Formats: sequence, C-alpha cells, structure tokens
Amino acid sequence: MGGIGITASIVLYFVAKRFKVEEDERVLQIEEVLPGANCGACGYRGCHDFATACASADSLDGMYCPGAGAQGMQRIGEIAGLAVSEAVRKVAVVACSGGCEQRPLVRHYDGVLNCSIEAVVGEGETDCPYGCLGWGDCVEACPYDAIHIDKDSGLPVVDYSLCVGCGKCVKACPRSVIELAEVPQGTETTTYVACRNRDKGPLAMKACSVSCIGCGKCTKVCEHEAVKVDHFVASIDSTACVRCGKCEEACPRHSIHSVTTK
Amino acid sequence: MKTFRKGGIHPDDNKRTAGVPISEPVSAQTLTLLLSQSIGAPPKVIVKAGDRVEAGSLVAEPGGYVSAALHSPVGGVVKRVVSVRDPYGYPSQAIEIAREGDQAPQAFPPLDFEKVTPAEIVDRVSACGIVGLGGATFPTRVKLLPGKEYRPEYVIINGAECEPWLTCDDRMMREHAAEVVAGARWIMKAVKVQKCIIGIEENKSEAIAAMTEAASHRTGVSVVALKKKYPQGGEKQLIDAVLGRQVPSGALPVYVGAIVDNVATAYAVYEAAEKGLPLTRRVVTVTGPELSSPGNYLVEIGTPVSALIEAAGGLPEGTGKVIAGGPMMGRAMSNIDTPTTKGMSGILVLPESESRRREPQPCIRCGRCVEVCPMGLEPYLLAAQGEMGLWEATLNAGVGDCVECGSCAYTCPAARPLLDYIRLSKRESRKL
Amino acid sequence: MQTSFIISGSPHIHTADSVDRRMWNVVIALVPSAVVSLLFFGLPALLVLAVSIGACLLTEWVIASRVMHRTCTLGNGSALITGILLAFNLPSILPWWMVVIGAVVSIGIGKMSFGGLGCNIWNPALVGRVFLLLSFPAAMTTWPEMQNGIDGVTGATILASLKTSGHVVGSGVVDWTALGIGNMNGSMGEVGALAITIGLVWLLITRTITWHIPVSMLGSAALVSWLAGANPLLEIMTGGMLLGAVFMATDYVTSPMTHRGQLIYGVLIGVVTMIIRLWGAYPEGVSFAILLGNSATPLLNKYCTPRRFGARKKKKNKEERGAKS
Repeated sequence: MGGIGITASIVLYFVAKRFKVEEDERVLQIEEVLPGANCGACGYRGCHDFATACASADSLDGMYCPGAGAQGMQRIGEIAGLAVSEAVRKVAVVACSGGCEQRPLVRHYDGVLNCSIEAVVGEGETDCPYGCLGWGDCVEACPYDAIHIDKDSGLPVVDYSLCVGCGKCVKACPRSVIELAEVPQGTETTTYVACRNRDKGPLAMKACSVSCIGCGKCTKVCEHEAVKVDHFVASIDSTACVRCGKCEEACPRHSIHSVTTK
Repeated sequence: MKTFRKGGIHPDDNKRTAGVPISEPVSAQTLTLLLSQSIGAPPKVIVKAGDRVEAGSLVAEPGGYVSAALHSPVGGVVKRVVSVRDPYGYPSQAIEIAREGDQAPQAFPPLDFEKVTPAEIVDRVSACGIVGLGGATFPTRVKLLPGKEYRPEYVIINGAECEPWLTCDDRMMREHAAEVVAGARWIMKAVKVQKCIIGIEENKSEAIAAMTEAASHRTGVSVVALKKKYPQGGEKQLIDAVLGRQVPSGALPVYVGAIVDNVATAYAVYEAAEKGLPLTRRVVTVTGPELSSPGNYLVEIGTPVSALIEAAGGLPEGTGKVIAGGPMMGRAMSNIDTPTTKGMSGILVLPESESRRREPQPCIRCGRCVEVCPMGLEPYLLAAQGEMGLWEATLNAGVGDCVECGSCAYTCPAARPLLDYIRLSKRESRKL
Repeated sequence: MQTSFIISGSPHIHTADSVDRRMWNVVIALVPSAVVSLLFFGLPALLVLAVSIGACLLTEWVIASRVMHRTCTLGNGSALITGILLAFNLPSILPWWMVVIGAVVSIGIGKMSFGGLGCNIWNPALVGRVFLLLSFPAAMTTWPEMQNGIDGVTGATILASLKTSGHVVGSGVVDWTALGIGNMNGSMGEVGALAITIGLVWLLITRTITWHIPVSMLGSAALVSWLAGANPLLEIMTGGMLLGAVFMATDYVTSPMTHRGQLIYGVLIGVVTMIIRLWGAYPEGVSFAILLGNSATPLLNKYCTPRRFGARKKKKNKEERGAKS
C-alpha cells in the first residue's frame, strides 16, 4: 500500500511538472486588482480573460474595468507597462419613481415573481406599461450586491458605495428602467429623469402621480440644452448636464431626481 | 381513429356554447382598429383624422412582406390615429373610426373559379387582409406562396378546435360547411394542390357530418375524424395526426408537403374570392362558467371586448380573469376596453375562484411533463435551466421547438410554472 | 374603475392531479400490506410502524420548520410514506430506538440534507434501512417466531435458508398459500404478495405509477433466476422483491423520467438483485439494488431523453452533415 502511495505521488509530481500551465506573472498581478466578480462589463467573459488581454495588449485604450475604477486601472497600467486613458465613472440610476403610494395597483399578477416573466404576460399590476415591476431581476443580476428593493416603495435602490456601473442590471431589466448615468470627474452628483412613461399626459397622470408628462418645463429652465422631451418623456444628456438642479426644482411631477453617488 | 403520436392531454371540454348559433353582427359606435393584428410588420396607415371611409375600404396597407392589410368594417369618419392599449396593456398604434349609418361593405368583383390563376387568388387574399384566424394570425398570403423549392401535396383544413371552451370553428363548420369547403378549394387552387383533408376532432360529430356532406360534392376534399386530444389543433400535431408526417424542427409545414389553414380562414378566403369581401368580421366565442348568455358572436373587428361581454350578458360579479383565446394558450387580458382583433377566437371569462394558480410545490420528478409534451421535450429540465438562467443549455435542450401549448404546466401535479420559465428561456435564448 | 383582474401566463386551467393526491394514493396502496403485517406480526409490528411514522414526521417537521425555515411540508404525505416504507423494511421485533435512528437517518440524511422533497438522490427509506442493516446486522436479521407458523420455523427467512442450506426450510416444500397471504418470516411489509399486488393494482388504476418499473424489474429478475436455475416465482414472491418493485423502486424522485429510462432502470435493479441473491454475500439484495438503480438515475435521465418531434434518424443526420462539409 505504501509503495503504491509513493509511486502514485511520484507519478503525480512529474505529471504536475510536465503539464504545468505557464501563467504570465503579470496576469496574476492584474487579477489581484480586479474585483473578481466576472461581471463582464469590460466586454470579456470574466476577470481572468480581461487580465490576460490587458497583459498581452499593446495599448489599454478602450479597456476599462469599472469594478477596478480609475485607481485600479492606473495600477493595471503600471503592471502592464502601458498608459491608461481617463474613463468617466458611470453608475446605475433607476428611472422610475412610482412606488406603491404613487402608482396604484389595479391588477393582480399571479405567477413567478420575476420581472422578465411578468413583462411577457402583460403590462403588470399598475397602469404604467413602462415602469418598474419590482420583482428584483436587477437585484439578482448585480454581482456587487449594490442594488436592493426598498421595502416601503417597492422600487430598487442603488447603493452608490458599491455600484461600479457594470451595467448588468441594465441588461436584466425587461422594462429598461435602469440606465447608466455618467458621473464626470470632480462631481459626485448625477441628475436623471426617474420616469420612462411615453404616454400622453392624461394617461400618464392617471397611472402614476410622479410620472413625467412631457410638459417641457425642464427644457425651458435648462441653460445648457441638456434636457430634451421626446415621446412625452424628458431625458437628460449627462455629458451636457452641469448638475445645477434647476430642472429638478422646476418639475411639477417630481420626476427628476439628483443623487449623490458617493 | 387518427391522432398525433406523442404526448397530449385531455382537459375538460366545457364546450358550453356548441349549441348556440352564430349571432347577428355585434358592433359599436366607435371601432378601434389595432394596427398590429398579425405576425410581422404592422401595416402602414393610409388615412388621416377626418377622412371619410366606406365600409370595407382599405385603411392601412401591408408594411412588409409578412404583413397584412387592414380594412374598415363600417362606413364613417376616421377620428384619429392614436396610441391605445392592446389587450395586454401595452401601447399600440390604432385607427379610431366613428360609424355613420349602416352601409353594405364595398366589395371587390367576384373571381371566377374556372378562369382565375393562382396568383390572382393570392393577390385577392392579400388585398382582403386575410390572416390565420386560428389565433396565430400569420398572414395567409405568405402561406400561399411556399417558395419554389417546396411542392405542396395537401391542403389541411384545421377544424380540430382542441382548446376547451371554444366553439367558434365548430359553429362555422356546422352552419357554413359548404362555404368552408369552397374556401378550401380556392386555397387548393392557389397552391396547385389536388388533395384537401379537413381534420375535425371526434367530439364535434355534427360538424363532421355537415362537413362530410359538403365535401362529398367536391373531388379531392375529404374529412377525417380525429381522436380528441389537446393540442391536436397545433399545426405540427395536426399534420402528424392527418398525414403521419412530422415537420422537423425549424422547418415549415410545407417541408412535408402540407399547407394548413383554419376553417375560419378558409371561410374568409371563400368570402374574399366569391363575394369580394375583405376580412372585417370574425366569429368569437364569448363564454365562461358564469356568463348569463354565452355564445358565438359574429363581431366587427375593432369592437371593444367590453361590448362583446355586454352582449353575452355582462361581466359577472367576482370575475377574476378575462382571457383572449382559449384557456390553454390564450392570454390574460389587462383591460376589457380594448378592441377585438383578427386573431381573437374567444373571450373566456373566469370567476375569481378559477383564476388563481395553485401554490407551486417542489418538483417530484414524476415525469408527467415529459410524458405529455407533444414535441418530445423535457419541460422539467427546460424550466429548471430557465430558472437558473442557463439560456444556452435550454437552446441545446430544444427550447426553440416548444409550441407553448401548456400541456406540461397543465399536467404538473406540483403545479410548477413550467411554461413561464420555458417561455422566458425561449425569448432569452433567441437573443444568443 | 373596472374590477381588478388577475393576470398570469397561460395555461389558465390546471389538472386536478396534485402531489398530495398522488402521495395519499400511495398511502392507500400501502394499507393492505400494513394490515397483513399487523395480522401476522401483531402488536410489536404496530409499535415499529407507529414509532417509524412518528419519528419520520417529527424529523421532517423539525428540519423543515426549525432548520430550513420552510412552511410545514407534512401535508403532502411524503414523510408519512417514508415512515411506513421504513417500517415495512424492518423486522417487527426491532427495538424502538433503532427504529428512531433509522427514521432520523431516512429523513435527515436521506432526504432533507439534499434539500427536501424532490431533491434526494436515493430512496430515503432505503437509506435508513441500509444504515440500520450495516449498523445492527444481527438485530436487522432476527425475525420473530411466527405465531401460527407452519413447520415451527424461527429466525430464518426463506431466502436466508436458501443461501445457507441451498433449499427451502423445513420440509423443503414451498407453501405457496403462506407466501401469498404473508404467513412467513421477513420484514414487516415484504410478506404478503397478495396485499402488495392489491396495492399495485390501486397504484396502476389511479395512474399513480406506470407499469414500466415493476414489470421490467420483476421480469428481469425472473429471467435471471430462471437462467441461473433458480425458481423464478419463488424469487419474486420472497424477500423484498415485490415490495421493492411496487413501492420502493417506483419512487418518483429517485427513478428516471422517461419510460425508456424506467425500463432500463427496472432491468438494472432486477438483475443486480438476483446477482446479489445468487452469488453475493447477502441473502437479500433488493435494497442495495434499488440504491444502485437510484444512483444510475441521473445518468439514465441524461441519455434516455424522449424522441424529439420531427427528429430525423441519426444516420440521415450524419449524411446531411457529410453533404454539407
């Protein structure tokens, strides 16, 4: 028995030596910097693939790991010996503010508590076919545990200390209620329209008390032409926006929100 | 007796309205014509607010190869072209027409069966906006142009009506047997086929008798009685039952030489060819356990569903669910103020007590879903993979073949929402 | 405002069949056998049955509600069935505390550790039985003296006697009537071929199970014993063969999903049982064979998939592929 054991261990030792996968040291170092969530926001299948790509790349242009952030990318650049271009931080914002109080339930959904499945069945429990369904597909999709359903409002809330803007929740949402908003360097706030309702005013008003009705007051107060109204719903161009907060004040429906993304 | 080979279930028939003759036309003062009434591209609107339209005149023309024309069922004025809610609550473009008086519909000149060419029949079917009236709403014109590489051998007329509760096709066959057979002949001529088989489930003995009588006057047309089994009315299942041929995954029925059309579609083809009438009406079974006067209502397309339910005795107290279509494949409606469409074969009103699903239990792996799946899939596996988001795995397990007949979810003793997950997997795996 | 509708995906109707109904049908099917064992083994059998059921239910309740924090799952009757089946696999004079250990192992390790109903790999009752058999081999093979036993047999089952002496005990003549009604030594539920057959008929007419597993298992066992020169009928009527074929091997959770898979699974169990009985160390091998069959189930599920609608024959597929490339 002992003999078999010893023989086997010797064989295993040589097999391990023989078939050892040669890893680039730098790949391992880069992987240490990466979050290890395999979220795929970089466009690669996982953190390991991204690290390998970084190590073998000639230039880091267009390669960005939101999980690692600007600091992390600097570090990766040092390891790979390449220059890193600036990237704008992005965070997820929930473009629906119709909580249980604002958006009355007029129907009962009886089925799997999953947004994607309910979206196939019909418009959902409220009269707004654009709004959040509230079963938390985004929560399940988030690799950073940064989004949760608020018990009182029934809407998802983003924890900005954890959100890296990987966009998994954006893909998971069947209603496209979540979007990625830019947070340029030097600012910590982002302003967005928390409504996706493309219905005309009366219909939107009936469905929800905080719906955007496309009145256009926000476009008038904006001095930077960052707010547009299209299909009876406003949208803010986050590159042009200077976060002055005027549109938020002007909105009679309280559907423009500013969040501090710290 | 013939039937399809694999799987199938036997839900309660509940054909409460089988004895009720097709009613006089039901309509409303304002009709709302949804643009998307068929599979494919929505048609292009060719009228604008304020325009006068005649009954039967074209209001929207096909917007692509797979698309169907739309006609006004009544004479009147176009109120507006507007975004309304479809029966499931999603926004959809529609034309609203205010009726002004009752006028006979404008008609194309009748075609002469002896002289007409197949292309002329196809053009007429297209011009009359005919789509598959069994529920799938596939533009019939496309079906009649199978492509040069295929050689159709049979026209199969689908009179299976395997959905519980629905009886509109049954009544159509009893009351308009000769016309349905005539429509079948026009379809045969259009696709240059000598043989036509009309498949009818055995529980519709009067329809079988009427259709057999009507078919006996025509050469090449025969009626075959089928064993009662759901989903016999599914296109692939019907071909298997009638011809004993199985359409391979991803192929069209014509691959095995069959062109399948519903009896109501055949009737619409008859009306289009011999009377020149565009498709502006259909028969809808309005039924439910608690409706006071359920029946088979001839309805002008665009009439609100609520008007139909009103005609059937009004929405009963304690209604839980209103379903567009049958209970197996129909969709629960969000709102009954929405208009009827070409594909709406039934309105099923269920009381609250019959509307709720049972609490799901853990899968006990009994294998019933596998046994009943008519497509030879493994629903338990697909649903489990779907639940975990393994879309690629579902694709390999054949999720694309699922016809969404609901046999698995119907039969699951643990009441698991199998089809919910499979439907999700189908959608997600298509994106891969 | 219109009335508040309910929306959900199709289908909107559902069969009357349910897990509970199926489980209770199994319980009903077990009643004749229970009656037989109480008749022949008397009060001790009642004690074993009661303790086994009680301990199984209690274990399930404790683990489900206290450890896993689920709603009560006792109503579906699956723990009750495990309790009855475990008792049926035990000698009627087994000390009560061993029964409790068996029940805790059955439910706790055999079922709940995998996640509860529907998740276990092996038949829970058999996990419990085999655990007891390996832990207390003497107690598990000590049978009571039959109260009205013919030939005054004590202590040995027909199979054990066949194993050791090569022939049926006593006069060497098989008393078929006794076998049929259950007047013989053995575990509580495995005696009484007639009672088990009544249970089988009930399960078949209520469509709780299909014929595939019992028939393939018994058929293959009979065939092997006939080929090996043993008496096929005797092999089927004795030991746990019938009980296993009707109630244990047919457990939904641990048997294959497709009929084809079920047939292979049945044959596997039947053959392995006979191999153990004829050439193995144990006089009886049904439990082991079924556990082995259970282990093969995932594999059978993987390879015995149903034929897809419209699937072309493999040969043709290859040709097509060849033509393409």
